[in-house]
Amino acid sequence: MTDRTLEIDGVSKRYRLGSIGGRTLHGDLTSWFARVRGKEDPNLKIGASPRPSANATFMALDGVSFSADRGDALGILGRNGAGKSTLLKLISRITAPTEGEIRIRGRVASLLEIGTGFHHELTGRENVYLNGAILGMSRAEITSKIGEIIEFSEIEQFIDTPVKRYSSGMYVKLAFAVAAHLDPDVLICDEVLAVGDLTFQQKCLGKMSDVARGGRTVLYVSHNMRTVNQLCSRAIYLERGKLLYDGGVARAIDLYAGSGLRTVDRDLDGMPRGKLQGLLIRMLSMRILGSETMEYQMDDVMEFQVRFRSDAQESRLRLRLMLKNNSSSPVAMTQTEAFEVKPGDRPTLTIRFPLEGIAPGEYGIKLALVGGDPRGRSANYDLIEDVGHFIITDDPSRTEGFLWQEPVWGNFRLGRLEMEIK
Amino acid sequence: MQGQREPWDAIIRPKSGWFDINFKELVRYWDLTMLLVKRNFTVLYKQTILGPAWVVIQPLMTTLVFTVVFGGIAGLPTDGMPSFLFYMCGNILWSYFSSCLSETSRTFISNRALFGKVYFPRLVMPISVSISKLINFLVQFLFFILFLIYYALKPNSPVHPNFAMIAFTPLLLIQTAILGMGFGIIISSLTTKYWDLNMLVGFGVHLWMYATPVAYASSLVMAKHPRLIGLYMLNPMTPIIEFFRSAYLGVENISLHYMPLSVGVTLVVMFLGLVLFSRVEKTFMDTV
Repeated sequence: MTDRTLEIDGVSKRYRLGSIGGRTLHGDLTSWFARVRGKEDPNLKIGASPRPSANATFMALDGVSFSADRGDALGILGRNGAGKSTLLKLISRITAPTEGEIRIRGRVASLLEIGTGFHHELTGRENVYLNGAILGMSRAEITSKIGEIIEFSEIEQFIDTPVKRYSSGMYVKLAFAVAAHLDPDVLICDEVLAVGDLTFQQKCLGKMSDVARGGRTVLYVSHNMRTVNQLCSRAIYLERGKLLYDGGVARAIDLYAGSGLRTVDRDLDGMPRGKLQGLLIRMLSMRILGSETMEYQMDDVMEFQVRFRSDAQESRLRLRLMLKNNSSSPVAMTQTEAFEVKPGDRPTLTIRFPLEGIAPGEYGIKLALVGGDPRGRSANYDLIEDVGHFIITDDPSRTEGFLWQEPVWGNFRLGRLEMEIK
Repeated sequence: MQGQREPWDAIIRPKSGWFDINFKELVRYWDLTMLLVKRNFTVLYKQTILGPAWVVIQPLMTTLVFTVVFGGIAGLPTDGMPSFLFYMCGNILWSYFSSCLSETSRTFISNRALFGKVYFPRLVMPISVSISKLINFLVQFLFFILFLIYYALKPNSPVHPNFAMIAFTPLLLIQTAILGMGFGIIISSLTTKYWDLNMLVGFGVHLWMYATPVAYASSLVMAKHPRLIGLYMLNPMTPIIEFFRSAYLGVENISLHYMPLSVGVTLVVMFLGLVLFSRVEKTFMDTV
């Protein structure tokens, strides 16, 4: 029995940019012919630079090395585009690396693959066999487990009905039952891409910790730092395709928290916004006061300054702040009182934002400058979807000893219930 | 560490070399191959009234049309054989070849979603298709044998099966499967870049049939254009079908001399197919 299940050795993945091919032979031939004659490629989009350079490439992963053993629950952290998904694709052999080597001992399975290869005309039982075989089980292995699988799926009476007559819930249950009985040596779970309802996600998480405790290796990709903290024994941190850290979870989370949009000074002028936004009144910059990492304790106050310019007369302008949670759903809104601006003004607002009542977790900030009329309608002068993220850390002493469970309890912590006991 | 001595189950490397097919792994996934064969078969005739009967109806109808059009109206000679039997013989073998080819040529395109999520040896797909088609062929073949017995037992029948040649049937079928799959995987590998090839397959296979002695006898070509015969015999399906006919109907045929050429072409096509397929399978998800 050996411990090492996975070794990643100097792995890089390069993608070619731009000229991936015209999709049709004719397209490729005309492009090629135009290039030979030194003319402009007729298949390029108008305004696109003519072939950025013959070998413009993008390193999705750049010399990444790490390894994992049995019983490891390894968190993979990084901003969007850091290379997490590419890494998982390479480990699950969907595509090959450009350089380096990946060595695997045992079976790799991913909770993403639930129901892969299910055919709606086949019965539940037939699909269990087919799906199991696609995921790498032998027929004998499936036969030995089929009783358990059917029992786990809770749909015994429908097992010989074609799955096209199943409700979506039954479908997912059956698919999950197969995945759960796969007994992989390396289990991959990408929370960002996970679909399904809340209970299903909980089931996934539960399964993962079981697997890790059972002496297997779990690779967990997530943007939810609290579940990473809960589940993982180790973490790696990726940034722009490079492995920057491999070690304790807490330090990796710190690195993640300090990365990306969570910087103290921010240029708002250059940020993307809607076409009609920021024409008359435009936010220019933002500065966070009193925090380097934008990590806050519960009930802290966030302070920041926003500078903007105005080319319009507006007597009832407000700064509006909207919060989005992990899954980008809106959570809450708050705004300043109305103030007046004149053309040519370049004011700086200093804002105090009490975080009271906001549950632990990671939140995105959406900022807008709105003008309101007395009838209560508002019009956005400027709106930026994502100016940054902040984290509120869990502090059980303030939630009566409970760790906050976002999927179950939501993003708001209300005032304590008052009661009388008779 | 003691662990270093135990071998790894999988080593993922960049595309290395030009021939990289893991046959051992293919054997390990045999169960999957057979389950896919079963799926292909069950799914095809679900929700049809006649069900698997379609397997037989299709070639029978085509043969009937050929008998009427080519044998009856055009009056093409059939080497002195009953024309129905003559056409059916070519038809079932040709439809095995062409269905293998056109189905496997869509390997990457129709399995994109699946290939994007799970790894298994990609060759499992074309192999399972070829086997499913073989089952169809065998059912049709059974009917062919029934007709053959009927015609052979007629008094003064020209039909004289050559049992020594019939013994080669399994080899002939394997060659047909390899040829169809070989062309199929070549096309499927190229379609990951050029989608138009997929358009070509449909009518290309149809045109190909006319370059093959399915609806006529190759002796006709030899009689009318003896100079073109070398070119004509480059088509690897011609000797296969002529061999098949000679075996079961007992026609004397000179195109059998070209059998080694056909086998050679088959091997080249298969090899080329595997090379292209192994080049494409590892990274096609990046381009499709």
